[in-house]
Amino acid sequence: MTKLNDYDKAVETYEPVLGLETHIELDTNTKMFCGCSTAFGAEPNTQTCPVCLALPGALPVANRAAIEATIKIGLALNCHIAEWTRFARKNYFYPDMPKNFQTSQYEEPLCENGYVDVVVDGKEYRVEIERVHLEEDTGKTLHVGGATGRIHGATESLVDYNRAGIPLVEIVTKPVPGTGALAPEVAKAYTAELRDIVRSLGVSDVRMEQGSLRCDVNLSLNLPGEEWGTRTETKNVNSLRSVERAVRYEVRRQSALLDAGERIFQETRHFQETTGETRAGRSKEEATDYRYFPEPDLAVMEPSREWVEELRATLPELPRKRRERLQAEWSLGDKEMQSVVNADAVDLIQATVDAGTTPSGAVKWWLGELSRRANESGEELAALAITPKQVAELQGMVDDGRLNDKLARQVIDGVLAGEGDPADVAAKRGLEVVSDTGALEAAVEEAIAANPAVADKIRGGTHAAAGVLIGAVMKATKGQADAGTVRQIILDKLS
Amino acid sequence: MSTISREEVAHLARLARLEVTDDELDAFAGQLDVILESMKTLAEVNTDGVQPTSHAVPLVNVFREDQPQPSLPRDAVLAGAPDTAEDRFRVPRILDEEA
Repeated sequence: MTKLNDYDKAVETYEPVLGLETHIELDTNTKMFCGCSTAFGAEPNTQTCPVCLALPGALPVANRAAIEATIKIGLALNCHIAEWTRFARKNYFYPDMPKNFQTSQYEEPLCENGYVDVVVDGKEYRVEIERVHLEEDTGKTLHVGGATGRIHGATESLVDYNRAGIPLVEIVTKPVPGTGALAPEVAKAYTAELRDIVRSLGVSDVRMEQGSLRCDVNLSLNLPGEEWGTRTETKNVNSLRSVERAVRYEVRRQSALLDAGERIFQETRHFQETTGETRAGRSKEEATDYRYFPEPDLAVMEPSREWVEELRATLPELPRKRRERLQAEWSLGDKEMQSVVNADAVDLIQATVDAGTTPSGAVKWWLGELSRRANESGEELAALAITPKQVAELQGMVDDGRLNDKLARQVIDGVLAGEGDPADVAAKRGLEVVSDTGALEAAVEEAIAANPAVADKIRGGTHAAAGVLIGAVMKATKGQADAGTVRQIILDKLS
Repeated sequence: MSTISREEVAHLARLARLEVTDDELDAFAGQLDVILESMKTLAEVNTDGVQPTSHAVPLVNVFREDQPQPSLPRDAVLAGAPDTAEDRFRVPRILDEEA
């Protein structure tokens, strides 16, 4: 049983140092070193050729679009683009690579020394980027024969090499000290910002749930004033929420070990999505020895400064600038905008506004009711089964007086349950504000008759007492009346 | 004095997944020694101001356009596999690592 410290106590004693390694699959049409298609979802082993299978005599040639995409990422991350760079072989035996090496970069990465600024709790943190390099993805391995479908207990593995050779960009941060108790939030904010930057460049769809953006989280703890501790590397962290949870878990686990006078091993751990734990991975009996050497089959690269500047000129509006613009357009305060960013709702709100609703209407639903639902189900906001267009339609019905907020929440129930668009759900479930004044007047008459004392109070000028009658009418109409209209009818009748 | 030890040869063999007997270890250590000795001749050349190269030809920036080309038919791809199942390469189980 792993002993865990209380998080708040742990960060009172120890200072965390973060490090993040992110892999991003580029969405080029072809693989990194051959013309095989990268289309997702093809039949197993139908997108391979002598180059990506490493058959004898095959000659790889680098994909220009992948190099350009990586330079763009480097520029957007404020990196220096190398004047001279080359690929290297990383040698290892594992069936996910038929070549028995991965073509990667070693001492001469394409981009170096950049930074990303993120804001957490009103404070800005600069996450420095050590390097951005280009490599190739591995094949997909299916473990069979085990009870759980996982590698432990598997009797054999089945490999599909369609993914082997797809361009993969690795972005490595320098160690990030000084985040204190906010280490999990800074890690999450950095990952979200990186994702948004790459998405804005249009070079990857950066979908964590589909594996086109994958994270490794490094973490160590040290006592204030002392040297940095030994770090662990947690792999398999595949959502923003998981990034946060993985950091938090490692802080709690490592601090408990350090408190007990034990030492931290430098090891690879795996994040468990269901439990939020990290587990020790491969055994480190033999230290990895990749014997990197320069790739002799690929020519070195000397990106000219003209080329780099041409690419720089194509950079779009980056997320930070865009957020500043949207904040002004939406008339939001700093705090409110920060909530939007933290909820990962910028794109959702923009799409909702584009679908024809007001910024305040869009913000209200995404940050309010829908955030609450997402929290309840432990999902990302974007994963909820409701689209920005549907939210815009919902708010439109509220604006038209066809729904009040209470009914709108019931309509959300229906949309999330897959019953269709808001108008369909409202029709099917009979959720419409009663606008038939005759029916409302009759309900008001009944309420007055049933509560003569309250009616007298209102006649006497105590308008606040109208709430009791409004409540009675709402109850009689099953919440489907507009409270403002009901109030007006009551006051008209009793004055 | 040999430049490469028996232990180093054993380590390299393990990294390369080669099964090497004790006799072979001695033999290879001796042979590799001869090769490394010969390579030392190169160290005598003055390379001041010469950039290290990993290629025989002075080419830079050799790129390919991002245009899909036909892949191999799957039957041909799997024909070279020692074993297959479900249109995939079938390999022995992989231990002590978690996917």
